Amino acid sequence: MEICTGLCALMVESGANSGLAQFMSLLIGVLLVSGVPLVTVIILIWVERKIAARIQDRIGPNRVGPWGLMQTFADMVKLILKEDITPTAADRVLYNASPLVSFASVVLLWAVIPFTPFHFGVDLEIAALFFVAVASFGTLSVMVAGWASNNKYALLGAFRVVALLVSYEVPLVFALLIPVMLAGSMSLVDIANAQSGMWFVVLSPLAFLIFYISSQAETGRAPFDLIEAESELVAGFNIEYSGMKFGMFFAAEFLHVFTNGILMALLFFGGWKGPFYYESPLIAFFWLGLKGSIIYLTTLWIRNTVPRLRIDQIMAFNWKFLVPLSIGNVVLISALLKVMQELQLSPRNFVGASVPEMLPTTIVLFLSNLAIIIYIMGMLRKRGEEMRVSSQQTRRAFVQASGSAAGD
Amino acid sequence: MLELNAISIGFFIFTIFTLGGAIGVVTTRNLFQGTVWLMVSLFGIAGYMLLLSAPFLAAVQILVYIGAIAILITFAVMLTRSVTRVDERYIRTIPSLIGSLVLFLILIAGVTIPVFGGHEGAPVVVKTTHDFGLALVDGNGYVVPFMLASLLLTAAMIGAIFIARDEET
Amino acid sequence: MNVLNEWAFIGLFALLAPVFPALPIAVAWIFRPRKPNVLKSSTYECGVETIGDTWVQFRVQYYIYGLIFLVFDVEMVFLFPWAVAYNDMSLFGFVAGFLFIFLLTDALFYAWNKKALEWV
Repeated sequence: MEICTGLCALMVESGANSGLAQFMSLLIGVLLVSGVPLVTVIILIWVERKIAARIQDRIGPNRVGPWGLMQTFADMVKLILKEDITPTAADRVLYNASPLVSFASVVLLWAVIPFTPFHFGVDLEIAALFFVAVASFGTLSVMVAGWASNNKYALLGAFRVVALLVSYEVPLVFALLIPVMLAGSMSLVDIANAQSGMWFVVLSPLAFLIFYISSQAETGRAPFDLIEAESELVAGFNIEYSGMKFGMFFAAEFLHVFTNGILMALLFFGGWKGPFYYESPLIAFFWLGLKGSIIYLTTLWIRNTVPRLRIDQIMAFNWKFLVPLSIGNVVLISALLKVMQELQLSPRNFVGASVPEMLPTTIVLFLSNLAIIIYIMGMLRKRGEEMRVSSQQTRRAFVQASGSAAGD
Repeated sequence: MLELNAISIGFFIFTIFTLGGAIGVVTTRNLFQGTVWLMVSLFGIAGYMLLLSAPFLAAVQILVYIGAIAILITFAVMLTRSVTRVDERYIRTIPSLIGSLVLFLILIAGVTIPVFGGHEGAPVVVKTTHDFGLALVDGNGYVVPFMLASLLLTAAMIGAIFIARDEET
Repeated sequence: MNVLNEWAFIGLFALLAPVFPALPIAVAWIFRPRKPNVLKSSTYECGVETIGDTWVQFRVQYYIYGLIFLVFDVEMVFLFPWAVAYNDMSLFGFVAGFLFIFLLTDALFYAWNKKALEWV
C-alpha cells in the first residue's frame, strides 16, 4: 500500500520483502540527507573561527593543516579527551539527553530543505510550520539543560534564554507568514518555485529584515547572544557541561545559524533559482549554497562587530517594536496584495509568473515597505537624537554640579 | 484486524508515548520531571494526528502544546517552592480506587459504544490546509468561530495580564 | 498514503538524529580520563559552597511573557491556513483576517499600557 519508487523498487525486484525494501530505502535516504548537515557543521566551525579572526584583525587557526582546515578535528579530539565532569546532584537522564535533543532538533530541520528542485528529503506540505515547531524543541532542550544541571546560575540563565527565545518566535512567525501568503503554500519547494517572477525579498524587504533579526535572536547570535554571555552568569545554562556534551551545544548553535541562512535563501531569495539553474541540479545546489553562505557570512560579520544588548533592551525591542511592526507589515502586505488581486493587476498564483507580470505587484509592495522602513528609520533617528541630547544635558548638569561642589 | 503494517506500528509506538508519558506524569515525585513526561505524552498525541492524515494539526500540537503550554507549566512549577520534593501525600486508597474505576468504565463506554454500537462513523474526508483556510473565511463556513476565537484569545490575554499584574500595585 | 511515507521518513530521521551526536559522546566516554573528585563534582557557584536549594527567585515577568507568547502562538496557528489560502479568497477574506489581527493587536496594546511588557 505504500508507494515504492526508485531504490525501493530496485530492491523489491531483486527479491527483497516490500516492507523491508521500503524501510531500507528510507534509511538510506535519511543517512544521505543527514550527511549534509554533519559535514557542513565541521566546515562551519572552521569558517566561523577564521572569519571572526579576520574581522578582529588577527589570523585565526592556521597551524593544524593548510590554513588551519584540520582545526575542527583537533578540537574534536581535544573535547573527546577532556574529562566529563557531571555534577553529583544533576538529574542524570535529562542532563545527558538535552545536548542530544538540542543537536537532533537542528539536524531534523534538514529533512525538509530542498537542495535542488528535485532532490530533497521530503516535500512536507507544512514545511514552514515544521521549522517553527522543531525550533521550539531546541528551546525546550535549553530549559531542560538549565534545570538538569542543578545549579542556580544555570537555571537563571536558562529562564532568561527561554523567555528570549519564546518572545522572538512571535515576529519570526509573523515575518514567515509573508512568503507563505505570497506563495500560497507552506511547502518550501512551492515557496521557492513561486519566486520565479520576483524574489520575495524585493516584494517585501521588511519581512526579510524582521525575519533576519528574529532568527539572529532565535539562534542566540549577537547582538542577542545572552545565551553565551560569557561575562555574565558565567556561561549561562551550559555551565555544568564539559567535554563533548558542551561541544554538542555549540555545534548545534553554529549549524542552526547556517540552517536559518539556507532557510532565508529559500524563503526570500529564490532558493536555487539563478542563471542556468534548470540545466543541472548541481548548479541549482550551488546557487542555494551561495545565497545561504552569503547570509551566513553577514551573520558572522554582525556577530563580530556589535556589542551585546541587555535583556530588558532585547525584550523591549521585541515587544514594543518588532511585534507591532511585523503585525503591521502582515496587514499592509495582505491589504495591498488583495486589492491588487481584485483589480486584476496581480496574478493569483505566483508560480511560473514572469517578471513583467509581477511588475505592478512588485512596485506597489516594494514601495509600501520602503515607505515604512523610511518612516521607522526617521522615528528611530529622532529618538536616538533625543536620547543623545538628554544624556549630554545630564552630563553637563553633572559636570557643572560637581565642578561647583569642587570649586567651593 | 490486527495487521502488522506501518500504521499499526506507528499506532503502538505513539500509544506507548502517550500512555507512558501520562503514567510518568502521575507517578513521579519530582515536579519538573513530571513536566517532561507531560511533553512526552503530548508528543504521542501529535503522533496520532499524523496517523490520521492531519499533519497541520500535529505541527500545531507540537508548536502550541509543547512549545508554549509545557513551557508555561514549567514556569508555573518554578513559581512554587518545594519543587524537588513533594512531601505531602494524599493516600486514600478505597475512594480513589472506586473513583478511578468508575471513570474508567465511563470512558470505556464512551469510546466503544459509538464505535462498535452500530452507528455510522463520520465520513473520512481528508482536506488540506488550503481548504481549511478557505473554510475559515467562508460565510457558510467557519468565519464566525474564527472571529469568536480571536475574541476569546483577546479576553484570555487581558484577563491573564489583569490577574498577573494585580499583585504588583 | 504518500503522506504517511513522508512522515515515516521524518520519523526515521527523528529517531536517527539523536544518534549522530550520541556517537562522539560515546567515543568520548570510552576515551576520557575518569578522576572523579568531590570538589570537581560539586555544583559550581563561583568557588563558594552552595547555599540552600537550587531554587531561584522566580519573577512573574517570565510567566507573563510566556502567556503573551501563548496567545500569539494560537493566533499564528489560525493565521497560517488563512495565509495559505489567501490568494484564492475574496476581499472579505482580507477583512476577516484583518479583524482577527486587529483584536489581538488591541490586546497587545492593552498589555503595553498596563506595563505588562516591562522587564523590571
